[in-house]
Amino acid sequence: MANDDSEFIPDENSIGFVETQHATLFEAPNELCLESGVRFGPIDVAYETYGTLSPEKDNAIFVCHALTGDAHVAGWHDGKTKKPGWWNDFIGPGKGLDTNKYFVICANVLSGCTGTTGPSSIDPKSGKQYGLNFPFITVGDIVKVHSALVEHLGIKKLLAVIGGSLGGMQVLEWAARFPDQMAAVVCLAAAAKLSAQGIAFNVVGRRAIFTDPKFNRGEYYDDPEGPRFGLALARMVAHITYLSDVSIEDKFGRRLQNSGQFKYTLDQETEFQVGSYLHYQGKRFVERFDANSYVCLTHAMDYFDLAEEHGSIRAALEKSNANFLLASYTSDWLFTTAQSLELVSELVKGKRNVSFVELTSSKGHDAFLLEIEPLEQLVRPLLERTRLEIVAERQDKTAGSSGGKHDG
Amino acid sequence: MGKKRYCMPDPQAAITDELLMQHINRGSRVIDLGCGDGRLLEKLRDDHGCSVQGVELDLSEIYTCISRGVSAIFMDLDQGLSTIPDDAFDIAVLSQTLQQVRHPAAVLSEMLRISRRALVVVPNFAHWRIRQQVVISGRTPVTQALPYSWYNTPNLHFMSMADFRELAGRLNVRIVHEIPIIAGRSRRRAWLPNIRAESLFYILERGNVDDSSDSA
Repeated sequence: MANDDSEFIPDENSIGFVETQHATLFEAPNELCLESGVRFGPIDVAYETYGTLSPEKDNAIFVCHALTGDAHVAGWHDGKTKKPGWWNDFIGPGKGLDTNKYFVICANVLSGCTGTTGPSSIDPKSGKQYGLNFPFITVGDIVKVHSALVEHLGIKKLLAVIGGSLGGMQVLEWAARFPDQMAAVVCLAAAAKLSAQGIAFNVVGRRAIFTDPKFNRGEYYDDPEGPRFGLALARMVAHITYLSDVSIEDKFGRRLQNSGQFKYTLDQETEFQVGSYLHYQGKRFVERFDANSYVCLTHAMDYFDLAEEHGSIRAALEKSNANFLLASYTSDWLFTTAQSLELVSELVKGKRNVSFVELTSSKGHDAFLLEIEPLEQLVRPLLERTRLEIVAERQDKTAGSSGGKHDG
Repeated sequence: MGKKRYCMPDPQAAITDELLMQHINRGSRVIDLGCGDGRLLEKLRDDHGCSVQGVELDLSEIYTCISRGVSAIFMDLDQGLSTIPDDAFDIAVLSQTLQQVRHPAAVLSEMLRISRRALVVVPNFAHWRIRQQVVISGRTPVTQALPYSWYNTPNLHFMSMADFRELAGRLNVRIVHEIPIIAGRSRRRAWLPNIRAESLFYILERGNVDDSSDSA
């Protein structure tokens, strides 16, 4: 291992060093028509790609990130930041999304805060950050930008789109809006809509941000502090929803942070380890996330309702001939197995190709980020099979158009 | 001979698959409950042009299904089939599994809720060799593919041809065909089927609302 001062070298089984790329889409006069009715553009999109696009452009997989994710899904940006991309264990040479075989794309979502146009970007009209003047964004709007990026990269049809949580919602929405743009749909720990309980937690998160005196109706970009306490509190609450009772118990139990005994003092806010862990999570989050983006994206999540938007879940998804693969986790109480089964039921009704598994895990909603081995076992056969189907389909087409001639 | 115990037929036997395929029309929408590695459904899709769906409890089997391009849903038949909508399928298949579920009557009813027709293969525990085994050596039957003893067998229920008919009547299920399988072959008009058949193959449909006595 390298010293703290020296730069470290990524391990051989990883994708290594990567760079974020940028594309400008929806420039005038082709602005994006948002679901709210507003025309919006231009939109800068930050994205990363790993692996090599095949000459037939049939091996591209798009990863949709969750609420607070970003385009940096695998590898390292430099030798100084030791933390790799958020799904590094799942993506790389020989891994679940095998970059020796597949071309993996991930883009920061519209209204995010890590490179794609969002509330912290400069509004060309005012020369200032958008703040809460940023238009209301829906999952549909996010997906329209993803879809345009894929076209921009010259890819007609993705091998697969994959995502968990809010990423899973994007995957479903993508299949509904652009049913011919992917051959496989992998939806992890997600649902056709956020439950009332899920909305409730988002409400509390936004309340924490809005009531922070430094929030200033979203105009805090000149303030070096900003609504950091509110945003940290929002994250602390949300973080609890990503864990399970068992995982919290296993990790911390009732252990105290500094001593084996209660101090019986009221001015000490965190005595239990679980408390200081949540504080730490909140603090780290504030360093990397924008409060206005958090407000935008939780709203997008709350509004998402596949059935409401398309008439029914079945109507939303039955136009897609993709191979659907859904997975839920036993201890996930934010997006439950029952919610995944609702999707499965509608897909069966619509006579779609649908596979579903409930994976056993004590890790709660975060399991899709943490339990990589079961995910690999699940996704690998789907990708391999789907690729074979695409190749067979293409061969059928060329055989058909060249009168069945076999010329390799 | 005295020590060798009679073995029930291998539930994976290809002979059963062939028999099932003979009774599934081309282009049908088929669900296989307990589809295993998806072999039957793959054949139905490729050779019969069927639209297929598997249901399976074993994750590794589901992964094999997926690698064959056969969609499979993780589901425990004992927890009910409520995820599967009414009349979603033309045919539901349940091969050598009914004796292993906790509530066979509920599973049969569910099959005929989700599909028009049910194809069911069950072992016949009234086969003469089992009777002999029970009467003479006083031992319960052991199956070849599932070589368990009574205390760890997945076979929770022991039914015979006569028992199955009785249950069908009780559930108002119409037995369209009842085909004894003797020595690995289907024998439509067998003599003493409830004694000679090692397995029974049933084609079932919903009975008429006002007529439950109709059985072939």
